[in-house]
Parts: sequence; structure tokens; C-alpha cells
Amino acid sequence: MATRKTSEPFWWLLFAAGGMVAALLVPVHLIVHGLAVPLGWTSISHARMLALAGNPLVKLYLFVLIALPLYHWAHRFRFVLEDVGLHGLRTPIAILCYGAAVLGTVATLWVLWQI
Amino acid sequence: MTVPRVERSGLFYPKLPATWWLRNANYFRFMLRELSSVFIALFLVVFLVQLHRLPQGPGAYAAYLETLRAPGWIVFHVVALAFALYHSVTWFNLTGVVQVVRLGERQVPPRLVAGASFALWAVVSVALLWFLLGG
Repeated sequence: MATRKTSEPFWWLLFAAGGMVAALLVPVHLIVHGLAVPLGWTSISHARMLALAGNPLVKLYLFVLIALPLYHWAHRFRFVLEDVGLHGLRTPIAILCYGAAVLGTVATLWVLWQI
Repeated sequence: MTVPRVERSGLFYPKLPATWWLRNANYFRFMLRELSSVFIALFLVVFLVQLHRLPQGPGAYAAYLETLRAPGWIVFHVVALAFALYHSVTWFNLTGVVQVVRLGERQVPPRLVAGASFALWAVVSVALLWFLLGG
């Protein structure tokens, strides 16, 4: 039987790390930045947010918080597309999903760089 | 690290309709869990835009928060929160199964590992809330 090298373990590791980050950290940030602040239940001033996000350690945290779950998405969404019957498009789907996550990583770096 | 693996191209794929996951509650929950990653990623993109508005000044930042007050965005965030919580619960329940923890000869029961994960989640969430709101 033919065997080949594959990069799958690498993507799987990013998937697992992203899943853990998403499970631990995303719900609180979603509640605070998506609901509590916009609805006025609490407020975080622009100055405080800017000071927080300007801190190098917080930047590193934000990078992990945003970038890793994108790989979690890429991995799961890839297999969702295959599971609904797109087996023939395995390679383009993988390139599209992981490519989108890499683009998102670059965008995250770019945004954090400017703060 | 790369590992050799069996070539997939020769595998047999059963012909299933694209809606196979609607047939059974377990399949449906599986699909919901997989799709939770879409909502989590979308939220993170919206949050990234919020961070992008920060260096543009208090005006731009306030205007973005005003946009997020729109009912459509609130509904999006409520739905995304439901999916995010579903991801967390299913993820931590699985940690006990995936991550086998041993103490000497004995395996720590998966339920205990899952329980520890839930406890960690609670501690991290409270700490983050305290940091973000109090500080």
C-alpha cells in the first residue's frame, strides 16, 4: 500500500490548541465585548482598552486568543465540507480553509502591530 | 513531525445525501458542535475589527460600539455565545476521554478530568472578568 508524508499532525495540533483556547477564553470575551459593553451593562473606556491592548503581554495574549481558534475553525469546517459530500474537492478545501486561517493570522498580527 | 500514512485516494466513500446529519439527533448535535467553530471564528473577526478601531481614536471606537448595539449584532452575539458555550461544554467533557491521566498504576476517572477542566474554565473566566472590568 502506498504511503505518503502528510502535514496533518501539524494542523491537528493547531486545531487542538485552538479548541482549548476557544473553550477556555472565548465565552467571557464574547459576553464582555459582544454584549455587556455594547449594551451598556458595563463600560471599558477607550483609554483603558488602548492601554491594555498596547501592553506587549496583552498583545501576545490577544494574538493567541484570536489566531489559534481560526485553525480550530479551519480544521472543523474542512471536515464539515467533506462530510456533506465534497470528497472530490479535498485538496482545494484544505487549502482554502487553512489558507483563510493563515490570512486571519496575518491580519491579527497587522492589527496588533498598529496598536 | 510528519508521519507516513495510507494513501487516501483509493478509499471508498459511501454515497450519502448532503443532509445525512438531519436524520438523527446525535448526527445533528455533531453538526452543531462542528459549526460552533464558525460562530467562534466570526466573533473573533468582529472583535479584531474592534481592536482595529482602537488606534483610530475614541470617536471611531465609540462609533463601532454603537454599530454593535444594533439588534442584528446583538442577536448574532447571543447566538454566537450559545455556540461558544456548547463548544466549551463538549470540549471539556471530551478532555477526560482524550487526555488519559494516570496516577501511578491507576487511571484518573475521565469524569474527574472533565470536572477539573470545568473548574479551570470557571477560574479563568472569573479572573478574566475581574481583569477586564475591575483591574
